[in-house]
Amino acid sequence: MKGNRRIWARLTDSMLFLPTVALLLMLLVDAIFRPGFFTLEFKDGHLYGNLIDILVHGSPTMILAMGMTLVIATGGVDLSVGAVMAISASVAAIMMNPTIVGMNLADPKLFINNPQYTWMPLPLVIIVPLIVATLCGLWNGVLVSYGRIQPMVATLVLMIAGRGIAQLITNAIQIIIFNDTYAFIGNGYIVFPFALYVALALFVVAWLIAWRTPIGLFVQSVGINFRSSYYSGIDEKKVKLFAYAFCGFCAGIAGLIVTSNIRTSDANQIGLNSELDAILAVVIGGTLLGAGGRFSLMGSAIGALVLQTMITSTLSFGVPASAITAVKALVVIAVVLLYAEQVKNFTRGLGNISIPGFRGRGGSTLEEVAQ
Amino acid sequence: MPGPTAPDGDFMPDSSRDIVVMKGIDKSFPGVHALQNVDFSLATGEIHALVGENGAGKSTLIKILTGVDRADRGTIEVDGKTVSIRNPLHAQEMGISTVYQEVNLCPNLTVAENILIGRQPSRLGSVDWNSLNKRAAEYLRELDVDIDVTRTLGSYSVAIQQMAAIARALVISNAKVLILDEPTSSLTQHETDQLFKVMRKLKSEGIAIVFITHFLDQVYGVTDRVTVLRNGTLVGTYETNSLSRLELIRLMLGRSITDLDDMTAHKIESSLHISAETLIEAKELGLSNSVDPFDLKLHAGEVVGLAGLLGSGRTEVANLLFGVDRPDSGQLVMDGKVVDDFSPAASIERGVALCPEDRKVEGIVGDLTVRENIVLALQARQGWFRRIGKKRQMEIADRYIKLLNISTPTADQQVKNLSGGNQQKVILARWLAAHPKLLILDEPTRGIDVGTKADIQKLVLSLAEEGTSCVFISSELDEVLRTSHRIVVMRDREKVMEFSGKVDEKEIMQAIAGSES
Repeated sequence: MKGNRRIWARLTDSMLFLPTVALLLMLLVDAIFRPGFFTLEFKDGHLYGNLIDILVHGSPTMILAMGMTLVIATGGVDLSVGAVMAISASVAAIMMNPTIVGMNLADPKLFINNPQYTWMPLPLVIIVPLIVATLCGLWNGVLVSYGRIQPMVATLVLMIAGRGIAQLITNAIQIIIFNDTYAFIGNGYIVFPFALYVALALFVVAWLIAWRTPIGLFVQSVGINFRSSYYSGIDEKKVKLFAYAFCGFCAGIAGLIVTSNIRTSDANQIGLNSELDAILAVVIGGTLLGAGGRFSLMGSAIGALVLQTMITSTLSFGVPASAITAVKALVVIAVVLLYAEQVKNFTRGLGNISIPGFRGRGGSTLEEVAQ
Repeated sequence: MPGPTAPDGDFMPDSSRDIVVMKGIDKSFPGVHALQNVDFSLATGEIHALVGENGAGKSTLIKILTGVDRADRGTIEVDGKTVSIRNPLHAQEMGISTVYQEVNLCPNLTVAENILIGRQPSRLGSVDWNSLNKRAAEYLRELDVDIDVTRTLGSYSVAIQQMAAIARALVISNAKVLILDEPTSSLTQHETDQLFKVMRKLKSEGIAIVFITHFLDQVYGVTDRVTVLRNGTLVGTYETNSLSRLELIRLMLGRSITDLDDMTAHKIESSLHISAETLIEAKELGLSNSVDPFDLKLHAGEVVGLAGLLGSGRTEVANLLFGVDRPDSGQLVMDGKVVDDFSPAASIERGVALCPEDRKVEGIVGDLTVRENIVLALQARQGWFRRIGKKRQMEIADRYIKLLNISTPTADQQVKNLSGGNQQKVILARWLAAHPKLLILDEPTRGIDVGTKADIQKLVLSLAEEGTSCVFISSELDEVLRTSHRIVVMRDREKVMEFSGKVDEKEIMQAIAGSES
């Protein structure tokens, strides 16, 4: 039994334990109460079904969560990712179709109903918004590390200003996207939705950056004790700068996916409240908000899936979409409870009481001796 | 070697006066048997020293007494009644108060608020500030401290903060038992004397005091009885006066300390290896509001001791040499080149390492593992792209764990779970792994047991023999004397004297103390 107990202890101590259990529990509920929830259909070379929906709708949050994980691990937070998504979307849209803003660069006949039209070549349409988004992240990083402003306040600046900037770029007009190739990013399928591949690729990239370079160690070290890190020769400012820039880059990708998915640049709606979803995903994944330190990219990815599974399942139960925020609040409460030290001790202790009648590792307590 | 002057364990002056009796206390943590069948008793109106090496179980015993941890086995009696202490609040309700090593009050609140928070007098539902301040001032005056209690706590010295913590401990629980956990480790001699006066006063009022310290002088200076722990077991409780110093050290270590005397020979031998080449030279290096311009020259393989009181400018010198602070006058020359890039990262690149004074805040990265802590500086030096592979990290960690005799279950243990002395060794390992040419050690032995102290001193001399220069900063003069080839004395943020060759302890003391003594 001792071996089992040790395995249980290691399992429950793992950062992935709680998010995975949460995910499995939710799927279990779906399996019991929603027959057909797991049905997958293969039609025209595409996979359809609730599980696929979860993956495709969860991708933007998963992507945001990668960058957010690093930022939170340094002891910060980035509230501006939603706004940066909007900026990236606006930049991409205007590069494909600037006419609507009043720049008479092209004859409307060229692009109305022309599924191939784009003003700038598509590679640029992808790269430039990502550069802009990374610059946005750098701006946050400069404010936090060199300006020594509280991350919450520093990123609030861009959270508020960002949507205004996005509106300015498109002259407050929602630009419709005609280009089919671009729309493939958010709508296309290669058996699985294309966005899922993007999310997976980003996960791999983030993981490689974190654990195949020393950056993961530096990020954790800075988050846990920035003074010790400084004394050890780690440039704590550059580490933070990198984390925020990477977070901006991720927001840029998420922005592209969403704008491609809805085929319009809606600076008011794109990425609205996404920062909260991303933060929630990271927190579900076990990285400590505020304290920083140890982080798990896999945990954050699972966290994003937990969030999306909950949304998709709730919708499948007939709850109106507008009420989803109330359900999210329940998740927040659940997370706070589950990560409380007492509950953690409880789950750890479960390994000890597996055989009724046998005493756990605690031995006799003081009271018992006293009697 | 004299034998024990009292029978082990069963010495009790007058058991009817016992306020706390702990019997057969046993406590295990994952991987560590922290306490085994330990008895401890405390009488009213006594000052009782609790001594032992790091990891001996002092902290665990105190944590059990104050309700932070619970014993696996054993009984606790308070005032003759068997109790089970549920949590620190419960302990306080029973009159057991603790003042910890690090003052854990709120520096941004006023002294008065800190003392009386939670017990604030109120009038018509709002806080009665006048009487709050008056009462706080009275409590402090009882401890012979007369200060403006409406100023923030942070604006006072650590000593005053310590007094405020004691005042608070007495106020909130109407304390019968006061536990002082290494209260003197950051106090000057004068402040320590002041603290002792307060302790004696409290004792005369019938309060029982548990006093944890690493300074033997203090054990003999103020305590009535001393309980020695070693490796989680009770060695014995003795009357302080009936126990010689040497005997006490022997009890703590469980071995003789003739090792320490070998140091002298070791030092003389290592001085033969000092190279003629200058490694680093400070010329009129200074920073206003920090330390006055000073000259300092170090040869390869030389150990220079920095002596002086706390706040005399020792740490400031270290910070300038390591580039934590940027000097505003003079210049620093290393390996013949004038240094213009002042930052820890640049210094590490040059081969300078600093083991900082404040282990918790500036040294360890608690949540990281021992292995990660050890490779941290080396990795930072290697940059962002050349990661040290896990296998190599393991090798490095294992080598230094063995070399420095770090006691940890595995290299993947989080460093915060180690005892203070072992944490200090991990930080040392971090710097040794980076192979510095100059190693600056700022109070490397503070709060560390005697055995580890000797280990660290010996290590410094071995490093010197291999050509590493060292700046050794310590409050303990005999330690500086034992390790250093040359001694620099700091006073009032100024370099006042430099001794080399044969030095007289008395002369140095005079230099440290200044003209008035």
